[in-house]
Amino acid sequence: MTPLLELKGLHVGIPSRRGNMDIVRDVSFSILPGEAFGLVGESGSGKSLTALSLIRLLKKPLSVTGGEILFKDDDLRALSDRAMRGLRGDRIAMIFQEPMTALNPLKTVGRQIAEMFVLHQGKSWAEASELAISALAEVQVPAPEERVRAYPFQMSGSMRQRVMIAIALACDPDLLIADEPTTALDVTVQDEVLKLIAELCRARGTAVLLISHDLGVIANMCQRVGVMYSGRLVEERDTYDVFADPQHPYTRGLLGALPRLGSRHGAAGRQRLVDIDSLITDRDSLLQEFCFEPRHAIRDPRVRAGGAA
Amino acid sequence: MRGFNFNLWMDGFLCLVVCSGALFAPLLTSLDPVFDANLMNAELPPSAEFWFGTDEQGRDIFTRALYGAQISLTVGIVSQVINSVIGLALGISAAYWSGWWDDLVNGLTNVMLAIPSLIFALAIMAILGPGLPSLLIALGLTNWSWTCRIARSSTLSLKGQGYVQVAQTLGYSDIRIMVTQLLPNMVGPILVISTLGIGAAVLAEAALSFLGLGIRPPFPSWGSMLTNARELIAIAPWATVFPGLAIFITVLGFNLLGDGLRDYLDPHMRTREQ
Amino acid sequence: MLRFTIRRILQMIPTILAVALLVFVIFSIIPGSFASSLMSDGRGGADADMIARINAELGLDQPVHVRLFTYISGLLQFDLGTSFRFREPVTEVIGARIWASLKLSIAAMVFAIVIGVPLGFIAALLPGSILGTITMMFAVSGLSMPQFWLGLLLMYLFALQLGWLPSFGYGGGDLRYLILPVITLGVTPLALLARTTRAGVLEIMNEDFIRTAHSKGMTNARVIRWHLLRNVMVLVVTTIGLQFGSMMGQAVVIEKLFAWPGIGLLLVDSVAIRDIPVVQGTILVIVVWFLVINTFVDIIYAAIDPRIKQT
Repeated sequence: MTPLLELKGLHVGIPSRRGNMDIVRDVSFSILPGEAFGLVGESGSGKSLTALSLIRLLKKPLSVTGGEILFKDDDLRALSDRAMRGLRGDRIAMIFQEPMTALNPLKTVGRQIAEMFVLHQGKSWAEASELAISALAEVQVPAPEERVRAYPFQMSGSMRQRVMIAIALACDPDLLIADEPTTALDVTVQDEVLKLIAELCRARGTAVLLISHDLGVIANMCQRVGVMYSGRLVEERDTYDVFADPQHPYTRGLLGALPRLGSRHGAAGRQRLVDIDSLITDRDSLLQEFCFEPRHAIRDPRVRAGGAA
Repeated sequence: MRGFNFNLWMDGFLCLVVCSGALFAPLLTSLDPVFDANLMNAELPPSAEFWFGTDEQGRDIFTRALYGAQISLTVGIVSQVINSVIGLALGISAAYWSGWWDDLVNGLTNVMLAIPSLIFALAIMAILGPGLPSLLIALGLTNWSWTCRIARSSTLSLKGQGYVQVAQTLGYSDIRIMVTQLLPNMVGPILVISTLGIGAAVLAEAALSFLGLGIRPPFPSWGSMLTNARELIAIAPWATVFPGLAIFITVLGFNLLGDGLRDYLDPHMRTREQ
Repeated sequence: MLRFTIRRILQMIPTILAVALLVFVIFSIIPGSFASSLMSDGRGGADADMIARINAELGLDQPVHVRLFTYISGLLQFDLGTSFRFREPVTEVIGARIWASLKLSIAAMVFAIVIGVPLGFIAALLPGSILGTITMMFAVSGLSMPQFWLGLLLMYLFALQLGWLPSFGYGGGDLRYLILPVITLGVTPLALLARTTRAGVLEIMNEDFIRTAHSKGMTNARVIRWHLLRNVMVLVVTTIGLQFGSMMGQAVVIEKLFAWPGIGLLLVDSVAIRDIPVVQGTILVIVVWFLVINTFVDIIYAAIDPRIKQT
């Protein structure tokens, strides 16, 4: 199957004549149609930048400084601004972390959903408003006929995120990019919203690029996972494999840091939660991914003695 | 970054020019602004002898402009100090003590904000009569509302801070808490407002003097110089240009200073909060 | 919406009463008096007898609380008293001149909005352009300049030197007489509006919902039309309301400068001659006008921003 989205050696950073300052370095992965792919990493690892670069929403002075972005065999970097705009919202949609600020406070949610139909499907405002009501119903907002006239400040966080989902999926895009969609929500509703995204996308065959720092979120929904650290993609495999047998020390660190029920009283007796700095692994695999070195080098004398690769 | 640095330097410089003009007036000109009037020299255009020309009574406009700076700066700074003191006192105490005092101050502030400041100043000048002291009082009573509002909202948010509660348990008097604990934390925005307020006060003084209700001739106020200039505008336009230019540069200096301060303090304050 | 409107209108009333009271209190303690200002006009000492007679005639010899009562009961019947100078009801004296002032203020505000707001937009959206830079320099200068000085300069240039426009007066409604005063009065609000609009646009451009709008695939122009405009208007409307107040103060000076027969000129002249009823009445009228404008602005604000109605 040809991949829907394929990143080859993506570099994102600040271009300059004296040599680019890259924040995202050499990231490559692909997503198949209808597949859910997770991108996990801590804050500052470059996941959001990777996502924004796909639809060309990077803020100056950041830009894509190298690599290819292939979407259905078109190189997105080569597209004109106009063609890119045609894709946005229509074929590739995005939802953001903060639903409160992501919606215009002065417009009704119905209007903001209806915009999608007017923009991309040429509907009239009257028709679009009707469609907005059904869109709200699909994301399980109760009493949608009344809610279309509501303003964002009159809704709870999870409601607003549902509105964002409705907006994103309005035109049945091929790819949905979800950047930390549940991080700003109460823990109690995070699960509902994620399930909603999963169901809707599965039903429509929409591929999902799910970005999160929370491994649990990723594990629940994605078939494959990419781990980002310090701008690089350090591991990319099936979710099950990543959890069962993590390769990169950082991934191991992430997993080790997850509290698991009963783990403190395991066979080896009481154990402390593992934090990344105290990992000791063999030198070669460390040096291979030297970007991870400084944190280890503090603790592991073997690495310090050996010097950087 | 370069942008606001330039602003600060530029207007710091401007203010310096005006201030030194005011302070060193006696040194810079040998003439007396009021009494050195020679009708033979009336209404002369700018020349090597009279840099800004002369007015209808033969007085050197340059000299009068310099002495006018003394008056304008005095009025501007003193009245703004009065305004700030009133605004801070009312604002901080209103938020700190709450209750009926807060309601009273709020009501008073609303009333003040409902009256255009120049008109209020006009009314007070009407009662007190023209002259420098009345001008100081009138202008000092008109512009405190914004300072009061800001002081009040700052105090409301700072009231619950830890160090305030510590001071209370230590038995500090209310006034002491207000002055030593709360006041220093508002210095930034208050300073910005005060600087801009000086500019506003200078403009107000000029307007009032122009109307004949402020500094009366023959004393050299830039505003009253413009009243005279109005009569001669057809034959001696320079009498209009220079006093007005003086006002403009002074106010511009203070406005830019205020803006520069605001830009400087803003990111500073934001990073401190983070 | 209707309830909010009514509420805001009713809120004006206590403030108006408070201002009326304040004005009365201020002017009842005025040391000089109308009579003495008449008397000492050029002549020598004041004749105490004459003063007493004039005071009695004008009702100034009544004790304070009686005068206050007369004043308040007059107010409630929309009677502002009688002018000392003109011997006519104050309401008539003001009424004859109010239209001129309204004309001037409204024209100046429209001028400021129509030019200032677009300039602010341009300055924000095209930062490097010539127009943008000029706008910002002009904006700072506009706020620092004494307006009557600008008026004098414009008068000199356009009326005296070039002869294109009349230099002062009302001209019986001829629009050419309106031009110089309107420009002079409107420059400062224009400068402030340009600045505020620019700051507002820049601030909103950075908001998340603008990013969302872009992610929907809109052109820049559409993002501005559909999402930026309304949010900026909220800030602009607030500034307009505030500006009206200071503009009225400045209008007094401009009216004096251009001999524009409005209530500002009336106020200045009446203050000089101590015609107290007119002074009180004029100040009250100006304040009421200002409050009305502010309430109107608040209502428009609430219509645009639905969050306000909660308060």
